[in-house]
Parts: sequence; structure tokens; C-alpha cells
Amino acid sequence: MKFPFKPARRASRRQRRRTGLLSALSVFLLVLTGCGGDSSAEGKEEIVVAIVSNPQMQDAISLKDDFTGKYPDVDVRFVSLPENEARAKITASVATGGGEFDVVMISNYETPMWAANGWLTNLQDYADKTEGYNPDDFIPTIREALSYEGDLYSVPFYGESSFLAYRSDLFEQAGLTMPEKPTWDDIRRFAKELNDPEKGMSGVCLRGLAGWGEVMAPLDTMINTYGGRWFDEDWNATLDTPEVKAAVTDYVDLVRSHGQPGAATSGYGDCLTRYAQGNAAMWYDATAMVSSVEDPKSSLVVGKTKYAPAPVKETEDAGWLYSWSLAIPQTSQHKDAAWDFISWMTSPDYMKLVGEKVGWERVPPGSRLSTYQLPGYAEVSEAYAKPTLSAMAGASQETSMVLPVPYTGLQFVGIPEFQDLGTRVAQQISAAIAGQKSVDEALDQAQRYARTVADSYQAGGR
Amino acid sequence: MAIDTAPAPARPAEAPQGRRKGGGKPSSLLTVLTWILALGFFSPVIWMVLTSFKQESAAASSPPTFFFEPTLDQYRAVLGAGAGPYFLNSVIATGVSTVLVIILAVPASYALSIRPVKKTQDVLFFFISTKMLPVVAVIMPIYVIAGQLNMLDNIWTLVILYTAMNLPIAVWMMRSFFQEVPAEVLEAAQMDGAGLLKTLRSVLMPMVAPGLAATALICVIFAWNEFFFALNLTAAKAATVPVFLVSQMTSEGLFLAKLSAASVLASLPVVLAGWVAQKQLVRGLSMGAVK
Repeated sequence: MKFPFKPARRASRRQRRRTGLLSALSVFLLVLTGCGGDSSAEGKEEIVVAIVSNPQMQDAISLKDDFTGKYPDVDVRFVSLPENEARAKITASVATGGGEFDVVMISNYETPMWAANGWLTNLQDYADKTEGYNPDDFIPTIREALSYEGDLYSVPFYGESSFLAYRSDLFEQAGLTMPEKPTWDDIRRFAKELNDPEKGMSGVCLRGLAGWGEVMAPLDTMINTYGGRWFDEDWNATLDTPEVKAAVTDYVDLVRSHGQPGAATSGYGDCLTRYAQGNAAMWYDATAMVSSVEDPKSSLVVGKTKYAPAPVKETEDAGWLYSWSLAIPQTSQHKDAAWDFISWMTSPDYMKLVGEKVGWERVPPGSRLSTYQLPGYAEVSEAYAKPTLSAMAGASQETSMVLPVPYTGLQFVGIPEFQDLGTRVAQQISAAIAGQKSVDEALDQAQRYARTVADSYQAGGR
Repeated sequence: MAIDTAPAPARPAEAPQGRRKGGGKPSSLLTVLTWILALGFFSPVIWMVLTSFKQESAAASSPPTFFFEPTLDQYRAVLGAGAGPYFLNSVIATGVSTVLVIILAVPASYALSIRPVKKTQDVLFFFISTKMLPVVAVIMPIYVIAGQLNMLDNIWTLVILYTAMNLPIAVWMMRSFFQEVPAEVLEAAQMDGAGLLKTLRSVLMPMVAPGLAATALICVIFAWNEFFFALNLTAAKAATVPVFLVSQMTSEGLFLAKLSAASVLASLPVVLAGWVAQKQLVRGLSMGAVK
């Protein structure tokens, strides 16, 4: 620049420095003001609860006033996210000791692993000592699935197994009868008969969406009852066995021939919409579906649906077992207050509260036996209470699997690697359902993935 | 001069006439095409607004319903779900970070355009290189550091991150606007005895105001819509609107209508900001700062 600009340049540099300092100072001040606000207002003990944003959990949020009425010294804040986001966030927080949460919602997949890692607070003492809480009332298969070395590390908010919903009106019209314990061959026959794409009716709705919690859940129960398994007792991958091949071939073929259109991208939510809108004759999925299928506000098939046990082949039962449960991370600074909240949200009284305030069809099912004895709930759940309870009672490896396995879980393998492995395998299955590859090609790739995981278990002697 | 300028006024007068005469059909065809394109781009938004006034079962029905009894149930549900704190957090994170970005970007881009410092190109490249690393690659270190500083679930963490996230873009944008200011104008100001501050305030800023508005709006949009940091670094106290949006989704049950209502509410502030800044924006984005 020319001469006259020189003095200005010097000034600008000084100016720049001053502006920079000012900016730095303002950032610093802002940070400081932010750091101070950790403790909650009004001297209350504040707990942060991370939950999955399913309808029953939203009900709990709306009933918060009942809790704060009973425990005026405790203030609750909720973080509610869809399943995938919640799982990722809660896992990151608990595994790194992030400490944002005092109560976390996890499942029977995480509970035994996290308890073994020392990440969770032992809740057995709390449960035993809380008056009127009665932990023996929990459904036995669920209680066992949430225990580690005999102690409860999380307590169930609701539990589910899987069963088959079918349109009794369509069955009657077609002159079909659902057997007391249908087999997969029966389902195929019925689906063929009732499939009517021109009228927008699919014979059956089955998940096809890639994800270990999507297509793999129903498919795993089918693999179990066909006599297949993920790993044998010596941690050899066994996804290439004839039993697994038969199960996957039948599943893919059934959904491709008589299932819903676009099945490869259709998960629980899509099947729920289709079935509730009257576009599917059968649907094999979670027992928790009843709260939406039987709700006149969201369903057109209320009163036209009956329920049958999970289809079988070689075993007595075939349903899965899943529970959304509440646990306290070891990092929580407010364990007692956290338990106060957990015991409120999973107590027998809470079931009554939901029934009276929100509606009996919204009571969280599948956690306590006593729930099924509440007159209000017994009345609305007449069509599905018995199928749900018997599905849950049968949901154990002893009755639903042919061969012994070295892991926990029915529709999952209870190892940390499974979230990744299950989703990779699910992508292969999804591709087979979409017709992009054959079942053999999909299973070859799946077996390679499983072998990588198996190798680390064999080498590590875990 | 007279000879040069004489035909000039004639040209604009002729040109529209010629276009009108010779191009009646193509121009109306073009208009129709523009409308189709515009509607095509706008249809998801219309569909979202329509869906937000439906009941859940109508929103999920297939084939979709076009005629339905409109209801405000979904808006009531969304507002009843405690959207207030999320909006407040978003306003703080967006507002403060945008102000900080502008405060920092204006002097930086001044130093990189009007009075270029040494190695300007390197500095510019360094700024933009910070945008090249995928966010997902740094989330774990950021999470751990924030955790150790006790800054998880703290709105000021987001303010700092959003400032850092938008600063390179703002510096680059403001630099291009500053560069369009003719040196003669600054020299003239200098000749008239204006100091740096006076030049900045009275000469430079009015000339780049449209650019400043465009830059600020871009920062507001990016910060308002940011989801990844907000999801991973906040919990109950500092969560922003995008996190509130996903909390309306559920894997069990229908949620489309409620999610649409929440989305309409979440996009309103940005639409309003864009509308307010529209005039400045068009000048800032399409014409450059001083033309």
C-alpha cells in the first residue's frame, strides 16, 4: 500500500489485537457463567433420566407430577430419544463414565454385559428393601434376563415376547382355522391363500429392514426353531449350516412371495402401519404391538384381530424375549433419588395410575404378573393377555432352541460385538429380500463376518 | 462522450420489446416449467404442513389422504411436550455463536483481503481445512474432553463449537465481500482524513452490509439445524430443537403427524429470519457487495 496508509496500518494492528482480546474475554466470560449452573434450583435434588421415546415412556413423562407429589425433594428431567439414538447415547455415556444420566433405560441385551463390566449399580438390595415393591412379582423369564449372578441390575418397565397377530374376519371368510400352535408351514399356506396384492392385501407382514433389532429379531427366532444357531459351544460360527440355510430360505421366500411390497425397507413401524390400516392378513412381531393395534385412534382392525403363539418348527416355543428396563449407572451421584424414581415407574401402583389416568390399554405390559390381575387391565386385554403371558413364559433358550449355545439371548447374541455383527448380517439378509443376491451368497458373507467375531473369542479364550 | 452514451438508453428500451414480441411462447413455457420445478421443490414442505394438521392414522394411511378434517391436536401435543426449553437453548446457541462469529470474522477477513497479512493464502487454507475433517471423526475426543471439563450438557459447549464450526465459512464469505470494495473508495476516505475505525464504520460496513446479512443468516441456519453435536453432547439441560424433533419419533407407534407439527414449528424461526433478511440476502448472495 502507499505511504498515507502506513499510520492507519499500525492502528489497525493495534485495533485487531484489541478486538481479539475483547472476543476472547467475552467467550471466557460466557463459559464461566455457563459452568456455574450445575446444581439445580430451589435446593432440590435433580436427576436426569434417559429413556426411549416409545408411547408408554411418553406416558410416564406425562405422569411426572404424581412422582414429584410423592417425592417433593426430587426433580426429574427427561431425555427421550428414539431407540437407535437412545441406545448409542446411553452406551457412550455409560461406557466412558460421562455421568450425564442418573437413570438409563436399557434392555436385557445390555444388562448382563454392563453388570459384568461393573458399569451398573446392583439393585437387588434396593428392590428387596422397598416396601410394597415386590420384585418376586416380575415375570420370571424377564427377571432372570435382567439379573447377573443372581442379583437384579435393572428392573423391567415393560417386557415383550413375540406372537402372531392375524385377521380373524379374513380367516373366517376364507374358511381357514388357525391351529393352537401354528408351524411355519401353516403360516406359508395361510399367507398364500390370503395374499391379494390387487386389493392391497399382503398375506403376511414380516420385517425386512436391515438392523439387528429389525429383520434379525423375527428371523433369529425362526433360525432357533429350525435348529440353527449363531455359534456352537466352542465359538465356531455356524451360519452356514443346513438348518440356518433352511430357515433363512423359508423366511426370504415367504416374504418375497406373499409378504408386503418393498419388504427390504420395512421394519416394525411399517408393518404396524400396514397391519393397523388393514393391509396385511398376518403379522409376526412383538407382543407390544397390542397397544397400537388395539387402539381405535391409530388402528382400523380393532376387534378383528386374534393372536396365536410364535410359529414353530422343531421346538415347543419360538418367541423372543425383550424388556425395556431401568438401571442406575455407577457414575450417578444421586443413586437414592434415582431409585426413588425407578421404584415409582416400575411399581404395581404405577400400573394402576396409568390405567386410571391414561387408559388401561396403555398400561406397560409384560413386566409384572399382578398387572394381569388388575380388573381394568384384564377387561381390555382379554384378547391378548393370555397369549402374551404364555409367550413370555415360553421365551427361554431351553424351550425355544434345539442346540445349546455359549451366549445369552434368543433374538440376539449377548456379546458387545453383536450390534455390529447383527446389523452387517441383517444387511445381507435385507439384500436377499430385495433380490439383490441369493440366500447362499448372503449367508456366505454372513458366515465370514461371524467367523471374524468367533476368532476373537476363540483366541481370547473368552 | 455524447456519441458513446447515446445508444445506451436505447438498448434497454429495445430489449424487452424484442423479447416480448419474439418470445411469447417460450417465455410462457418457461414460466410453466419454473412453476412446476418450484412446486416440485416445495411439495415436501407443503406435505409436511398438511400432515401436521392430520390425525396420526390419517397421516399414516396409504394411499395418502388429501381431504381430511384438520385438527390442532398435534400442535397441542408438541407444545404440551415442553418444547420451550429446547427453543430457548437453540436461540442461545444460535444467537450467541452467530454474534461471536461475526465479531471474529470481520476483522479476520479484513486482514485477509483489504490489508493482506503475510501468507494470506496459507491462512485461508488453514481456516477452510478445519472444515475438511468429518465431524464424526472428532466426536469422541470432543466428548471425552467436554466430559473431563464438566462441560457435557452445557449450552456454552455448543456455543463454542458452533462458533468454531461457522467461523471458517464466515471468514471466507466476508473476505469475498471485502475484496469487492474498490481500493479507490478506501483511498478517498483516507484522503478525507478518516481513521481506520471511521473507515470501517462509515465506509466499509455500509458497503458490505448485504454480505454481512447473508453471512449471518448462513451461520444462523447452520447453527439452528445442527444435530450431531447437539445429540451427542447434550442431555436434559442443553438440548436444542433438532434433538427435540427426533424425540418425537418412536420405534413403536405412529408419529408422522406429530413429527410434522414439530418440524413446522422448528423451521418457522429460520423461515422468518430468511424472510426478514430477504432483501439484503438477494443483493448479498447474487450481486456481490457493491455492484
